[in-house]
Amino acid sequence: MSDIIVLKQGLDIPCSGEASLLVSKSMSPRSVAVQPDVKGLLPRLLVKEGDHVLAGSPVIADKKNPDILLTSPVSGTVSQVVRGDKRKLLAVLVEPDGKREYAAIDTSDVKKALLASGLWPLLVQRPYGILADPELTPKAIFVSAFHSGPLAACTEFTLGGEVAMIQKGIDALATLAPVHVGLDATRPDSPFAKLTGCSLHRFKGKHPAGNVGVQISHVSPILKGETVWTVSLAGLAAIGKLFATGKYDVRRKVAVCGPAAIEPSYVETYPGTPISEFAAFYGGYAEDIRIINGDILSGTAVGPDGFTASDSDQLTIIREGKDKELLGWIRPFRFNQFSHDRSYFSWLIPGHKWDMDTNLHGGPRPFLMNENYYAKVLPMDIYPVFLSKACLAGDIEKMEKFGIYEVLPEDLALCEFVDPSKNYIQDIIARGIDLMLKEMA
Amino acid sequence: MNKIFEKGGKLYWLHSSVDAFETFLHVPGTVTLKGSHVRDAIDLKRLLILVVFAAAPAALFGMWNVGYQHGLAMGQSGVHILEYFWFGFLRVLPLYLVSYIVGLGIEFASSQIRGEEVSEGYLVSGFFIPLIVPVDIPLWMLAVAVAFAVIFGKEVFGGTGMNIWNPALLTRAFLFFSYPNYMSGSECWIAFKKGEVAAADAFTGATPLALDGATAQYGTGFWDLFIGTVPGSVGETSVIAILLGAILLLWTGIASWKIMCGSVLGALFVGWLGNISGVTDIPFYMQLLYGGFAFGTVFMATDPVTSCQTECGKWIYGILIGMLCVVVRLFNPGYAEGMMLAILLLNTFAPLIDHCVTSVHVSRRLKKLNAA
Repeated sequence: MSDIIVLKQGLDIPCSGEASLLVSKSMSPRSVAVQPDVKGLLPRLLVKEGDHVLAGSPVIADKKNPDILLTSPVSGTVSQVVRGDKRKLLAVLVEPDGKREYAAIDTSDVKKALLASGLWPLLVQRPYGILADPELTPKAIFVSAFHSGPLAACTEFTLGGEVAMIQKGIDALATLAPVHVGLDATRPDSPFAKLTGCSLHRFKGKHPAGNVGVQISHVSPILKGETVWTVSLAGLAAIGKLFATGKYDVRRKVAVCGPAAIEPSYVETYPGTPISEFAAFYGGYAEDIRIINGDILSGTAVGPDGFTASDSDQLTIIREGKDKELLGWIRPFRFNQFSHDRSYFSWLIPGHKWDMDTNLHGGPRPFLMNENYYAKVLPMDIYPVFLSKACLAGDIEKMEKFGIYEVLPEDLALCEFVDPSKNYIQDIIARGIDLMLKEMA
Repeated sequence: MNKIFEKGGKLYWLHSSVDAFETFLHVPGTVTLKGSHVRDAIDLKRLLILVVFAAAPAALFGMWNVGYQHGLAMGQSGVHILEYFWFGFLRVLPLYLVSYIVGLGIEFASSQIRGEEVSEGYLVSGFFIPLIVPVDIPLWMLAVAVAFAVIFGKEVFGGTGMNIWNPALLTRAFLFFSYPNYMSGSECWIAFKKGEVAAADAFTGATPLALDGATAQYGTGFWDLFIGTVPGSVGETSVIAILLGAILLLWTGIASWKIMCGSVLGALFVGWLGNISGVTDIPFYMQLLYGGFAFGTVFMATDPVTSCQTECGKWIYGILIGMLCVVVRLFNPGYAEGMMLAILLLNTFAPLIDHCVTSVHVSRRLKKLNAA
């Protein structure tokens, strides 16, 4: 049993609207989208409208490495190719035929099987958080077995019954590189504590303790020239299912949550389910609602005509905070607003869950507070403000020095949340990473 | 916002100012664009207004003290506390008006030129400036000094958050070097009405620092200095009022306790060295009560923009400020007030200290990781 790694820095955002632990609906969507939403993948379309596909049949390939495929999660007919500006490929819609026919996949070679099945894009390569390069051998593969983010899905509920599959997935990935699994130290009897063939690490602390990037930085930080891969726990279960049954099965439980969600609970569905299928949770479409793939800190907003993300088990629904608040900043109490800062008094009501919205609560300003204000919510050995400023300045040398290899935007999401200067820190880091990718190519 | 102030509207060039007044009145209905979809309720307006609250006890005491010192110099007695306060209030009010009108005017104009929202940074600087100047300073001098500090200390670097030196201290430094007659000696610290002369039997009103310590006639006792019933710049005399502010700043975490502790330790250390080496016979702990040390330590050195960013750097920065302040006091009788110079000098070196701290941190960490 490994030692417990205690993370002192962090912040649990007390947002209301947690999903109750029940599957309220097992969805059979009218159509399912295959989306090239993996960073670093240049999509090339392999099918045309009207084609028949099986679950696991290739739909999209990567232009740079044609072995990397995105496959259909269901068997059915390609009904529509959705394109955006400049004919950019956004999604391929497949209408299920209800038969659940699976394409045959040879699982004798792990790497080839992952590539052929379309599960490869679930592997994320760090630094930079891009599509994993099959030619590389990473230093290690990291999996976080718990989420710590606001309203995140409880992995014990969603995947506790699939431990055998997860074990198969670990056994398969362990042939590529050593696998490390991060566990929640507060749940010693978690079903994932029995996994074998991997190194188990226990983490105790507030969010972002469950972020795989934070776990990597405490187990084996990424140095210049090194690469590691990460995979989500749900992705690992899908990989396990592939090697156990030979089938491409990515159906998963998704937590539908958020202060504006009606009866938040879990649903079982495919990645790429149209958001309109969730209408019951947000009461049709109202203008002042924001639907987010992922959590409120680092998810991406989708409209009602969008789809759930390829590798996310959370859909958050919150109100748009367009209301103006008279003299808000000078009012002494403001008990309806959450602040981690002692300048407000929300620390007086611990345990309260706030009905949060998307209001910025201020105007954009240059960085004013110093490192520690941000570092107290970032359990990594880096300087968040220096790193952000290096990214803003586009200074590659400084970005390297301050740890750009170790972070993804999501790791600094809390810094962005607490920032009184209201900077878009995640966006700053993302642009820094884009610059690194361009310069290092 | 009204349409004519929006992009393409006739009065778009005024949008910064309109926006400033609008956001002063209410938290705007702006929503996050992406990234962290929810945000903490804290913003700079809230943080900075708290700094103003923290400095309020020192300001209120200072106003009373202006009246009280005037009364002492005129040989008055039995005057009501509110009368003292009212006298001081009327003397300090013009300083505030000049500080805010000149400073905010420049701030609004430069924000307009840059096309940015008006930042609330000057809210605090403008509150501090009247507290660290002699009450009898001619208003035109103050206006010139404020204009210099805001333009050359802040706006040329890009406004709030980008400045190297603390704008309030820069104002004082400008006055100190440009108009030394009004900034030192025994006359300037007490408010006189036009034509008034101190009563013949009244005390000379020099600050303890200008009186060579031991020979001071009055106001150098521990409690006088601690409570603040001595002449001096408006807000700097009362250590107890400043401590009230320090408690608020430390409780809310806006100011760094490391800088404050470092500064106190540094001053005590050099003061003690001065004692044992016989350079001075002022007890070392009195260094904390004299002059602007307390005000500088609590409100000026801890300015998050111009101080060190790193935790280790804050210790170095604080200790050096405390040490340097007392060194200037002990060895340079010409500059009685060492705090201002110490802080401005360390403001200049703060980025260098941070650079060294982060470089050491990064290289040590790399070494550790490579060894592992």
